[in-house]
Amino acid sequence: MMARYVAGRAAGVVVILFLVCLFTFIIFFTLSPDPAVMICGKTCTPERIDQIRGVLGLDQPFLTQFGTFLVGIFAGRTYGQGANLVECAAPCLGYSFQTNQSVWDMIVERLPISATVAVGAAVLWLLFGILAGLLSAVKEGTWWDRTAMGLALGGSSVPNYVLALALQYVLVVQLQILPFPSAVPFGEDPVLWFQSYLMPWLVLATGYACLYARLTRANVIDTLAENFMRTARAKGLSPALTMRRHALRPALTPIATIFGMDFAALLGGALITETVFGLNGVGKMAADSIAKNDQPVIMAVTLLAAFFVVVGNVVVDLVYTTLDPRVRITAK
Amino acid sequence: MSTAAPPHELAGPVAGPASSGRRVVRALTHDWAAMASAGFLALILLMAVLAPLISLITGHGPNEFDTAAINTDLGGIPHGAFGGISAEHPFGVEPQNGRDILARIAYGARVSLLIAAAATVLTTLLGVVLGMLAGFYQGWVDQVICRVMDFLMAFPALIFMIAILSSLPAGNRSVLLVVVISVFGWPYLARVVRGQTMTLVNREFVEAARASGASTSALVFKEILPNLRSSLIVMTTLAVPGYIGTEAGLSFLGVGVAPPTPSWGQMISSSVGWYAVDPMYFAIPGLFLFLTVLSLTVLGDRLRAAFDAGDAS
Repeated sequence: MMARYVAGRAAGVVVILFLVCLFTFIIFFTLSPDPAVMICGKTCTPERIDQIRGVLGLDQPFLTQFGTFLVGIFAGRTYGQGANLVECAAPCLGYSFQTNQSVWDMIVERLPISATVAVGAAVLWLLFGILAGLLSAVKEGTWWDRTAMGLALGGSSVPNYVLALALQYVLVVQLQILPFPSAVPFGEDPVLWFQSYLMPWLVLATGYACLYARLTRANVIDTLAENFMRTARAKGLSPALTMRRHALRPALTPIATIFGMDFAALLGGALITETVFGLNGVGKMAADSIAKNDQPVIMAVTLLAAFFVVVGNVVVDLVYTTLDPRVRITAK
Repeated sequence: MSTAAPPHELAGPVAGPASSGRRVVRALTHDWAAMASAGFLALILLMAVLAPLISLITGHGPNEFDTAAINTDLGGIPHGAFGGISAEHPFGVEPQNGRDILARIAYGARVSLLIAAAATVLTTLLGVVLGMLAGFYQGWVDQVICRVMDFLMAFPALIFMIAILSSLPAGNRSVLLVVVISVFGWPYLARVVRGQTMTLVNREFVEAARASGASTSALVFKEILPNLRSSLIVMTTLAVPGYIGTEAGLSFLGVGVAPPTPSWGQMISSSVGWYAVDPMYFAIPGLFLFLTVLSLTVLGDRLRAAFDAGDAS
């Protein structure tokens, strides 16, 4: 039963990714200026343009181009012919129009940076968001609750690039306690690594932490009002024990689902944060490729981000079925 | 996160009996935070409407250069402390060209608010119509609409919005922004509307109306729509700050409103290169953006609390 469910969902993933692919391809096929002209540059002749079109397959009809692109992802493809033949092994996402680098290599190179940003931020926002939310729920109506929730409302209203610039101004320019962020690998200089990623983590985490604090508070308060909680208290369990044994799981399960989706979306690149801090992750790659109209890269980042979102969705649903026995999949 | 998708917590109050508008208004007027937010929003709205008047009084248009206010010897940073704040320029001037920041904030408010308002109207229209269609007819209509929603929500909206906006011809950027924001925004509203319509359709009063021969349009407009009112009000109020943030974010990334038309996000974007020497240039539009988003969020939050309290009583 479970296997069938997973197979069904996997098929759904493939269909959605195919549609995202097709849709993105159509948009760029019809809207963007001719890439051959762009690659060709200033010293261009009509023959040269035709030659580039031929090598990239741009002279083919739409469906052929789209087909070649799809086949390239799974089986690789070749560009040009004869002496100029270029072999692009699977998974082939083409070559950047700007740097001629393989798009797949570019992604492999930058994904760790985006993942570092996402994981660090997620740790921070889960820790602070859930703790603050729990405390607020337990102390509902007190000054702590009102202050924390007021701050959370404020924190979730700061656009992250505004926060990024403000933090950078205070910490880097004025107080000079942090260096300007640069994606240093952990192995090279752990201290500089931490200092570099600290601001991006803080900026990304703030908005989510505030949101999660409010969600956690609302969920815990709802759970505390349930009948089974009254029963638990009536049995004589201490408040701490009722909280730990009975309240946390139902209150936090919905948070787990939302977290899965937020985190998956972040893996596809924190576009604004990475751009503001100049971190060379997938998000900055997306922004740069869009600014330079580098179509193969745009296609790839769109597909990658969609992949994370769609797969994340399925994973979340699967995890949910184990966390919440009421929706567990059973043989009928 | 302040851009793209509206926050998750939009699951509005459950569709209950329509709460009395007067009670909600009374609850809000007794809440200082809600009143302060409403006051600030009224101020911004007034600034936007009276932008030409503000320019007339100060004598500076949004695109007029004022070389007297900047120090050309120091690379064009404004004369005086705090980004050139003076009686002449209450919010200071932009470095390098000396444009009056007050005038640009006021004109920028027009652009930002207009885009957010238009996007809200279009999103609400799409969300309500499609959500109600799915919830009311169910069956294959529901299937089709749900698949489209899944598809749109799976899309990396921000990347795609930027990609579409940058590859489209410059044309009318404001209209394009509204369309793009709405196309990716409506599923979040439609999902809730669909769910509530589904429960409402099976309620006794709808059955009763149907049995007494009410037409489909009467069922939709007289029975179901009024019951969605409170959640629609709350959801749209909470969505507006999201759209203001998205517009500002897209303008910040350089694919929004085209210069020289000012918008808050674009002002912040152009201040990036200057924040170390002229922090006020960045702080003022940043503060306006933050306070506007905050006010709308507080107002939406309090509205929801007021409606919820009505449902509970």
